[in-house]
Amino acid sequence: MRYGYYPGCSLERNAGAYHTSLMAVAAQLGVEFAEVDDWNCCGATEFIAVNRLRAYALVSRNLALAARQTNGSNGAAKGQLVAPCSACYLNLSKVEHYLSQSPALASGVNNALAAGGLSYEPGSVRVRHLLDVLVNDVGYEKVAARVRRPLHGLRVAPYYGCLVVRPGFQGRFDDPEYPTSLDRLMRTLGATVVDFPLKAHCCGGHMTQISRDVALELIRRLLKNAADYQADMIVTLCPMCQLNLDAFQESVNGLFGTEYRIPILFFTQLMGLAFGLSPAAVGIGKEFVDARPALAKIGAAAPAAAEAAPKRKPRRGDQSLPLPQMPEEEL
Amino acid sequence: MSAENPHRTRHDPHATPDAGHGERVGVYVCHCGHNIANTVAVEEVAEWAGEQPNVVVARDYKFMCSSLGQELIEQDIQQLGLNRVVVAACSPHMHEKTFRSACQRAGLNPYLFEMANIREMGSWATDDREAATQKAKAQVKGAVERAVRQQPLEPLYVDINPNTLVVGGGIAGLTAALELANAGYHVYLVERDSSIGGHMAKLDKTFPTLDCAACILTPKMVDVANHPNITLMTWSEVLSVHGYVGNFTVRVRKKARYIKEDLCTGCGTCVEKCPVRIIDQNFEVGLGYRKAVYRNFPQAVPKYPVIDTANCTFFQRGKCRACEIVCPTDAIDFNQKDEIVDLEVGNIILATGYEQFDARRVPQYGYGRLANVFTSMEFERMVNAAGPTAGRVVLRDGVTVPKRIAIIHCVGSRDKNYHEYCSRACCMAALKFAHLVHERVPEAEVFNFYIDIRASGKHYEEFYHRVLSEGTHFIRGRVAEVTDAARGPGEEGQLIIQVEDTLIGKQRRIPVDMVILMAGMESRKDARQVAALFGLGCDYDGWFTERHAKLDPVVTMTEGILVAGACQGPKAIPESVAQGSAAAARVAGMMGQRVMKREPVRACIDAASCSGCRICNTLCPYHAITFHEDRKVSEVIPALCQGCGACVAACPSAAISGAHFTRDQVLAQIEGILWDARQPEVLWLEPQ
Repeated sequence: MRYGYYPGCSLERNAGAYHTSLMAVAAQLGVEFAEVDDWNCCGATEFIAVNRLRAYALVSRNLALAARQTNGSNGAAKGQLVAPCSACYLNLSKVEHYLSQSPALASGVNNALAAGGLSYEPGSVRVRHLLDVLVNDVGYEKVAARVRRPLHGLRVAPYYGCLVVRPGFQGRFDDPEYPTSLDRLMRTLGATVVDFPLKAHCCGGHMTQISRDVALELIRRLLKNAADYQADMIVTLCPMCQLNLDAFQESVNGLFGTEYRIPILFFTQLMGLAFGLSPAAVGIGKEFVDARPALAKIGAAAPAAAEAAPKRKPRRGDQSLPLPQMPEEEL
Repeated sequence: MSAENPHRTRHDPHATPDAGHGERVGVYVCHCGHNIANTVAVEEVAEWAGEQPNVVVARDYKFMCSSLGQELIEQDIQQLGLNRVVVAACSPHMHEKTFRSACQRAGLNPYLFEMANIREMGSWATDDREAATQKAKAQVKGAVERAVRQQPLEPLYVDINPNTLVVGGGIAGLTAALELANAGYHVYLVERDSSIGGHMAKLDKTFPTLDCAACILTPKMVDVANHPNITLMTWSEVLSVHGYVGNFTVRVRKKARYIKEDLCTGCGTCVEKCPVRIIDQNFEVGLGYRKAVYRNFPQAVPKYPVIDTANCTFFQRGKCRACEIVCPTDAIDFNQKDEIVDLEVGNIILATGYEQFDARRVPQYGYGRLANVFTSMEFERMVNAAGPTAGRVVLRDGVTVPKRIAIIHCVGSRDKNYHEYCSRACCMAALKFAHLVHERVPEAEVFNFYIDIRASGKHYEEFYHRVLSEGTHFIRGRVAEVTDAARGPGEEGQLIIQVEDTLIGKQRRIPVDMVILMAGMESRKDARQVAALFGLGCDYDGWFTERHAKLDPVVTMTEGILVAGACQGPKAIPESVAQGSAAAARVAGMMGQRVMKREPVRACIDAASCSGCRICNTLCPYHAITFHEDRKVSEVIPALCQGCGACVAACPSAAISGAHFTRDQVLAQIEGILWDARQPEVLWLEPQ
């Protein structure tokens, strides 16, 4: 499988480990990512609020390049563009959606693109998030088949952040309020997934630069929630979330007098480890909060299968009420 | 145009009575107030119609359906010798009967009348006056062409079977069955569950009067079981329905109970001694347990238990027989088989009810994940004295009494992600819960999170005020989430309600011990299959479609099939009872006539042309075509034929014709509709 690939700025800098690990994992799974040549900034989360048309044109240039370069030749899936960064994914898919909805906007954007000798026909690129491609195109079975070193004993809190599942318009691959695809992927790798009610809550975004106290409180809530559930680490799929929770953890501890030491890793790093790759090959060691103590637990505890207690038979004198029946989880 | 003459006339006194084939057509174009006249140039249509061949008179009139409009037709028939009438107005569903009666009163066979629907199919569908007028002309032309080819027909009369089938033994079905039985008609009441009573049997109290649900329901259940005019068939399901209004044949499967009803005394010893205990997902909605041989509740009607073979040790592993050993009357019969029963009925009332919305579909409210989040039906069982906690309000551990309780309204209702509609009953049930909590746990605080309080009903608003005065907190805002993720010490170990309080314009976090989700009503999962089985329609949400939302709420588009209660849309008990009674009254009214007039629209096979291919035999959905082996020809049984026309269209030899829809009538109508169609132009494309 071959996809167009839009790394975005984060994966070249602060989220380098994300890039390294996803490429390593992709190679294991037989997925190829062909980087869009001459891509530019996605506008991040701010530019759209500054000047809409320019922001749309900025993003559309990437779509136009992707449409031209993923035209189905050399075995690439036609018009499929993968963005691993949640902000890039949201901007690209949102602009593509708006252009398809509004012919007036599309013609305005195409006027701008014409200056660079480009044009974009709405609908010709389908923007996908990396997680979507790995769980839906590759599939859990194929991932499970690659696991060489199951992450038994590791308790992870799956953190989706706000951008990847919201807004819930078409093309979103998971529930906007309570996504579960990353949970299932982590279970596929053998990890124990803790309930993480704040899994789709805000990490503070760029508030760390504008309103530090607001951001630190939001980060504190997430860390506290993961700690309350005894998670060994938080697993993310967004460079922004990873940066905020990782780089500002010390500041949170300083401000609130807490002592959190929760490593924040990208989900592809754990996939790589489970596939038997070395920690260095998946960029472990670049994080601020050292992940090695937590990773040392892998295999130390009993496998997840033994943890599931046999169904309790109600004992005499036990007055407790049965819990609601849930659909059987696949893993 | 004189002031005394309210209607304008285009009457050609020189038109020869023998124009065409001697048919003298009157055309009447209705304004329908502004409904048609605003979009269609009705005067122009009438004037144009007056110039068409065979048309003797064409008029337009403000309301053709008024008695003045009808008298106009009657007068013209008598004075101008009309022998065909065309009315261009609304849908035949609305007024075909009206105008046919007018024709009949004037001595004209009613099947020489034709209706052109220029309202629903014209003026209501567009704002384009010119196009609507043009279409109206085409429809009128088609109707005229068809009318001149129509033949007088005589209606068929059939006897009405005086028995009625009621499907569903909830409060709506019980009411309908009792009303009909009391009126002296026989009723078959078929219920899928092992007992009648429906959802109402699960409730403790009913709003707003707070009378005990069981106390008002069980007498009705007993009446149904003992009524000489009611055949009660529980643990039974309808398999197929054949026939038509007045004469349905319904096949019912009586599932095996594995209990001999003639021997069982209902003593309950078998239930007591059964060693298998499983969670009851049906009656106790997962909050309580039942045995493998069980009754839904102590007052279940009928009193006989059923054996759940999927969980019974004997059926699964071939041993145990505890129930058989302890039964004092030898009523256990492991060899019982399902029985198939055919019923002959004249009418069918569907009262199949609703299902509760699955609160797991709103993951942010945590049902199934957070132990102390309950659904409203779970709470109903909890506060019921006969329920799993014997009426104690406790947390999931079965012991701890909650101090702070949140009731979240509109779960799955009034929400475009799930159901856009309001489920009507939940606001009042939520108020009832608040009251019951105050009654059972006086020190507890209750928070109601609502969008609007919908308390429209007799004494409902008064009940709301009563609950307000009892000290319940009402917070207006849709709850964002229920979470156990505490932000600080004040929230640890509790469930936190995150909500925007829209009355003070602030985000609030309210810690509670227990959450009740007022899950709304939705149509049953198999509503569409049931609708197909009985030949009626469902709306987008799966509710059965009534003939008219306001004026005909219990009758469906299929004659003889009626609906009552929540299968037609969300309803509380009073409305369900009202509909049950209404449906019974409609059925009784029809049976009072003893015979029924049926449309003479029937298929007829010309034996000389029939090749005996039998395609029509299998195609007929009413099994109305029989095959004569000796002569190798098929024949339609007029009493069974519904006039659907499937065989007419399918016959490869064109041997079948449908009365009132003959080939030449339909083709002439099409010709008429296409009166102004030009020959298609042939376009030559320039080679590039």
